Amino acid sequence: MVTRRIFLAGFILAAMTFPGLAAERSIVVASTTSTENSGLFGAILPIFEAASGIRVKIVAVGTGQAIKLARNGDADVLLVHHRPSEEAFVGQGFGVKRFSIMYNDFVLVGPENDPAGVRGLTDAATALARIAAAKAIFASRGDDSGTHKKELELWRAAKVHAQAASGQWYRETGAGMGATLNTASALGAYVLADRGTWIAFANKGDLGIMVEGDARLFNPYGAILVNPARHRHIKAAEGQAFIDWLISPAGQQAIADYKRGGRQLFFPNAD
Amino acid sequence: MNDITAAFGMAFAMLLDLDRDLIEIVGLSLRVSFLAVGLAVLLGLPLGAAVALYRFPGRTVLHALLTAFMGLPPVVVGLVVYLLLSRAGPLGVLGLLFTPAAMILAQCLLVLPIVAALSAQIVADLNREYDEQLRSLAAGPGQRLVTLLWDGRFSLLTAILAGFGRAIAEVGAVMIVGGNIAHSTRVMTTAIALETSKGNLALALGLGLVLIVLALTVNLAVLALRDAVRPSHG
Repeated sequence: MVTRRIFLAGFILAAMTFPGLAAERSIVVASTTSTENSGLFGAILPIFEAASGIRVKIVAVGTGQAIKLARNGDADVLLVHHRPSEEAFVGQGFGVKRFSIMYNDFVLVGPENDPAGVRGLTDAATALARIAAAKAIFASRGDDSGTHKKELELWRAAKVHAQAASGQWYRETGAGMGATLNTASALGAYVLADRGTWIAFANKGDLGIMVEGDARLFNPYGAILVNPARHRHIKAAEGQAFIDWLISPAGQQAIADYKRGGRQLFFPNAD
Repeated sequence: MNDITAAFGMAFAMLLDLDRDLIEIVGLSLRVSFLAVGLAVLLGLPLGAAVALYRFPGRTVLHALLTAFMGLPPVVVGLVVYLLLSRAGPLGVLGLLFTPAAMILAQCLLVLPIVAALSAQIVADLNREYDEQLRSLAAGPGQRLVTLLWDGRFSLLTAILAGFGRAIAEVGAVMIVGGNIAHSTRVMTTAIALETSKGNLALALGLGLVLIVLALTVNLAVLALRDAVRPSHG
């Protein structure tokens, strides 16, 4: 019985020591699955961490959930890609200021046999209208992410009410970019993806880029410090230091230097 | 099929190679799940035994709740723990969200009903068997509980291992409350989910095979330990 009590005490002690690990100088960044799945953070964060001594903890979720986390004060910095939501976040006083960080673009990906005949189009709305007319399978994120919001804008531009066909040719996966690409790959479906995740994605199957180059497919990323006036525990100095580094020449160069298969995934565009 | 055969090769290579990242992830998986199960055992064994032995108001309801909660969806537990630990939630001041402590708490809540409900059954059976003996010894209620838990310790191991299996395998709760942060809260199951979403299916399955080997090793070690200390019946 005595040894048992010692064991139990050990369990409790060990459990208590865990929060101690959080004492290092670190920030939590709520960001999107596209930045994580594309491997960008894995490449640039070690450079920042070595230069600043600040550890960056990335929680990669959809833009909708990332904004919710930041509103609750569960992250110090928000780094997402849906400008209207970002401006609303700052406008409502949840964030301090939005900084442009980088951009890439969305691409409409589809199966090689291209049942809707959209390959080579440069008008994304026309392409979506053709997909709807052909009732070709389309895999939607359906998760209130930045990519999902962009897709819904494009359906509105195409004047198609795609959600009316939900469960038929319009399939809402309710999942991250990578998971949705896996689904599209298995179904031979069309899907809207950010170029970064698409290039880095390893399970393309017979999917390929069908439509690109439409100005509406522009995909800018912004970073915002969560307002310390709302949440006193926000690590404002460290969080702003991370944003300052992202928009500095060194940070911008690190973003430009990240390549997969010789291709640049994100293009720095700090003011 | 290629991915499946590649996965076995990768799992084998990972086990031989033991690179730093893998050791870190495996280590955190084991630490989180061991501690969660440890806490759940501390609370669950006495709770289960009490439900089996004592008559108190609400006992039947409590028993039914424990049994039903053996099937709690991890993602719901994760969501509840998130709402509790969020800075906007009641326990936000502790700053535990996105730490291993939050993951231990979530897994403990998942494991507790399993340990408590299974141990209630084991203790109830033992109680019927030893009732007369305990009566003749004039054992008090507290003594009865301790005696039966101790006598049932080898059967209770199975309940504890069932709880461990639940903890080490679940992904929904630790994903939400841990955040799958690299070098901080990434465990085997969340790493598998991440690699799947990157389309690295062979690597993801390889990690899955490593996880299975890990769970098997823990179970074998516990059973070997049991056989070593159990008095032989010969």
